[in-house]
Amino acid sequence: MTAIVEMENVTFAYGETVAVRDVSLTIEAGDFLGLVGPNGSGKTTLLHLMLGLHSPDDGRIELFGQPVEAFDRGERIGYVSQKATSRGGTMPVTVREAVTMGRFARAGYSRLTDDDRAIVDDALETVGITDLAERRINELSGGQRQRAYIARALASEADLLALDEPTVGVDAESRDAFYKLLDSLNDDGITIVLIEHDIGVVTDRADRIACINTELFHHGDTESFVESDALEQAYGTTGQVVHHHH
Amino acid sequence: MDRTTRRRLERLGLALTGLLAVAMLAFLALEWLREYPYAGTLYDQFTTAGMWADYYLGTSVFGYSFMLRSIAAGVLVGIAAPLVGTYLVHREMALIGETLAHTAFAGVAIGLLFSATTDWDGSLLVTALVVAILGALLVQYLAERTNAYGDVPIAIMLTGSFAVGTLIISYGRGGFSGVSIDDYLFGSAAVIPAEGARLVAILTVAVVAVVALTYKQLLFITFDEQAARVARLNVTWYNTLLIVMTAVVVVGAMQILGVILVAAMLVIPVAAASQIARGFRETLALSILFGQGAVLGGFAFAISQGLPPGGSIVVVAIGIYLLAILASSRSGSAISIH
Repeated sequence: MTAIVEMENVTFAYGETVAVRDVSLTIEAGDFLGLVGPNGSGKTTLLHLMLGLHSPDDGRIELFGQPVEAFDRGERIGYVSQKATSRGGTMPVTVREAVTMGRFARAGYSRLTDDDRAIVDDALETVGITDLAERRINELSGGQRQRAYIARALASEADLLALDEPTVGVDAESRDAFYKLLDSLNDDGITIVLIEHDIGVVTDRADRIACINTELFHHGDTESFVESDALEQAYGTTGQVVHHHH
Repeated sequence: MDRTTRRRLERLGLALTGLLAVAMLAFLALEWLREYPYAGTLYDQFTTAGMWADYYLGTSVFGYSFMLRSIAAGVLVGIAAPLVGTYLVHREMALIGETLAHTAFAGVAIGLLFSATTDWDGSLLVTALVVAILGALLVQYLAERTNAYGDVPIAIMLTGSFAVGTLIISYGRGGFSGVSIDDYLFGSAAVIPAEGARLVAILTVAVVAVVALTYKQLLFITFDEQAARVARLNVTWYNTLLIVMTAVVVVGAMQILGVILVAAMLVIPVAAASQIARGFRETLALSILFGQGAVLGGFAFAISQGLPPGGSIVVVAIGIYLLAILASSRSGSAISIH
């Protein structure tokens, strides 16, 4: 198997505050990794480090076998951030335009081709929002909007989907449908890294878990995580564990 | 109105705007080259056509080359400013334009000082352009450092550069002759020198070309900067490009609108377009059409009433904005841009 992400003894601090300490982990092709931990535990920072949005103070990170700072195949990563997007709520952009952005990294300065447009159509269809393509993205419900961002990632033909709490503010029904979609994408061979505050959802869906609270408390398959006491350790006695049964 | 009709009308509007812009560029080029044989004849035909237009319309505008020059500069600014403004407004950088206009004003003052104390007799617009671009790079540097386009660095830059400008002008009062600072502050249709209009022409062509080339990248960083970083777009470079283009547009627009009103052209047509547009491409198209409407309507109002064009253009633009709000609330799809 090939490693998609490889982190070795990675440490990162915001000024004096250490957010991630001495974390080593490997994500293999085809993994569905759930990244869990209490609020402020450094989950998002860890994800940003993997994607090269922050540079580590110490340690080494490789993305698709390349040092992350030299990585230039941006189209291989589909990224859905915590607030989905900073401007999606106000900016006049159609769903199709947003999904088409997934092709921009590949196209560079050249014009988009018919192939690009066909791939965008396919991505819209895969996530089931073809009928919404010409709507403004801020007219969509939370669940529909998240599907649009996934479609953008699919349009870039990404090998790695990085999702930071993608279902915040999404109703339960859409959320289930959304995770079913992730499952089927993972079955198609796309590697997924998911940050999710709802531990129940993660343990139901992910096949591997990384549990972090500044340091890595567990990294391995989901069964061993459920049986271990990593969760109690990471969350401590004061931490609140969100558990959700299906 | 259904989607196809709407799209057709927009295309028609853009085509007419394009034709008008080409005609205006041709006029400015011919005026520049009128010493040369063929260009001179064509230029004369332009002014003759203007006189006929005056005769039929009962005006006395188009026969005067200085008026045509102002209108040409206005038409071109009416394309470039909303084009760049669409990205600025949706990056919540609406006041960058105003800041850079004040920086450009400091540039004018520095140019005055420079020409009073040395043998240099170049255009004040050149110093305005240089200082505005340096100001743009400084704002960009501050924004990167403070990690946001916070309004504090912007307020400091805006007032600071204006303070420097007023100090220099007060210092040189009596020493600087032949330049009306009021024209730079409030804009004027009569003041635009041939070289100023030519500068606007060159800058407009450059801005339109750059936006056409980097449309996708600028859209992506505006819509989702973090995702654009993950996709390995050079976000800092495109941000710098955008802010330098803003400085360039501001110096062009400043001649007509004046330092104080320049931000209007970057912001109001875009705000109006964002009310009713269904997507980003349509927002760009409508911004340009509304900008053009404001410029032409503003000039018509200013000329007919004998008022300055700057204020007239802004008032017409705000009229268009109010109509756009009305239209969007009527169609039931009102979306506030805030």
